[in-house]
Amino acid sequence: MAKAVEGLRLITEEGLRHDGRRPDELRPVRMEVGVLENSDGSALVEFGKTKVMAAVYGPREPIQKYMVLPDRAVLRVRYHMAPFSTSDRKSPAPSRREIELSKVIREALEPVVLSEQFPRTTIDVFIEVLQADGGTRTAGVTAASLALADAGIPMRALVGGVAVGKIEGVLVVDVDEVEDGVGEADLPVAAAPDIGLITLFQLNGVLTREELDRALEMALGAIRRIVDMEKETLKSKYQVAGEGEE
Amino acid sequence: MQGKDRVIVVPGEILPKDTVGSEQYLIEADSGKMPVVVGLLDMRGDKPSFIPLKGTYIPKRGDIVIGLIVSQGVMNWFVDIKSPYNAVLNVSDFLGRPFNPMTDDMSKMLQIGDYIKAKVEAFDRSRSPVLSVQEEGLGRIVEGKVIDVDPTRIPRIVGKKKSMLSMLIEETGCDIYPAVNGRVHVKCDNPDMEAIVILAIKRIEREAHTVGLTERIKRFIEEEKSIRGV
Repeated sequence: MAKAVEGLRLITEEGLRHDGRRPDELRPVRMEVGVLENSDGSALVEFGKTKVMAAVYGPREPIQKYMVLPDRAVLRVRYHMAPFSTSDRKSPAPSRREIELSKVIREALEPVVLSEQFPRTTIDVFIEVLQADGGTRTAGVTAASLALADAGIPMRALVGGVAVGKIEGVLVVDVDEVEDGVGEADLPVAAAPDIGLITLFQLNGVLTREELDRALEMALGAIRRIVDMEKETLKSKYQVAGEGEE
Repeated sequence: MQGKDRVIVVPGEILPKDTVGSEQYLIEADSGKMPVVVGLLDMRGDKPSFIPLKGTYIPKRGDIVIGLIVSQGVMNWFVDIKSPYNAVLNVSDFLGRPFNPMTDDMSKMLQIGDYIKAKVEAFDRSRSPVLSVQEEGLGRIVEGKVIDVDPTRIPRIVGKKKSMLSMLIEETGCDIYPAVNGRVHVKCDNPDMEAIVILAIKRIEREAHTVGLTERIKRFIEEEKSIRGV
């Protein structure tokens, strides 16, 4: 965990961040779908050094019968950080934080999944953080959304996520570990811009009303770009498959 | 690559209001229709049509499916039909007469791992689908091979007016039965020919969304036949 170092500035005089980004700039994003052969759908999403993999299984017969719902599918989400994802070894047992994030991510996906098409079944989403450098929950939502689409699970729209932070009084998009450690506020948001739905909204720290409005606007702008990237990724899977023809 | 009149669409995009396609895959929006899975928008016909590229098989009454026996109950078998719901086949239906546990031995009739061709007799989402084999051509599959494909690719394997399927049968002389739940039964006299058909079907699955596929598959089969000398 980064600590505030005396004299260290995270915003330069030119208004750039410690890694040279502008306040509204995302880290380099890379997305890939169909990375796992055994799952019904899978995705790998990278936001800079943050690397998250998601795998989707289902709809399938529930493993535990007690959990079925008569009118819709149960969405089960597991967010987990690999022991090697952080600089200090992380215990592989699910922590309080991971259990909570699993719930938060599930609730970020539930509004877009048409679970009523598959009553009495479960849809399992596994999110594995391979490398953590801040923004893993929002990268997790993004990866899960891509993996669900790759699995052919009916969805109203794609979801993307990003966190906006406040560092030295400046609002910045897509905070990384260093910025998260010293920032004054952190606002992770996930949304489905195509249907105008915010599905995840958390705030850690303090923002004024004006800052909150501005931060949300920045987050939604970035999410739009992320969802557009998701769409391109899904389309490119089929374009590659069709290569070598007239 | 797909051409101007065939584009890949993803959830969240708005399609024209008059788009036709299965209700399972399209939802109404204010300004048009939205696909709920990744698919292909085909604008060659009178109306744009949506073809899903990934999906789940939902049983329908009257469907002929190829199932895999996964477990045995007291008076029934549980059958994997590649849908979210395991199907049930009753012993009395398999025998065509009441089942007598004193004299009938279930494990002599069907075993775990056997494939069956069956008809979906009943299904209403509150209960598991019930299968029946009491019709001609149904029952245990005793020869040939069963290939798994994505259920959404079956219409492409059949083709428009069965063009692809009749081409495959004509070129190879094999018996090919594509079942709606995403399994294809292939029966050939020649093992080489069987291998060619399987490769061809896997290629159709991979390239289902591309244009000129029937011709390309035909060329592929001809090439493979000359390489293998059959």
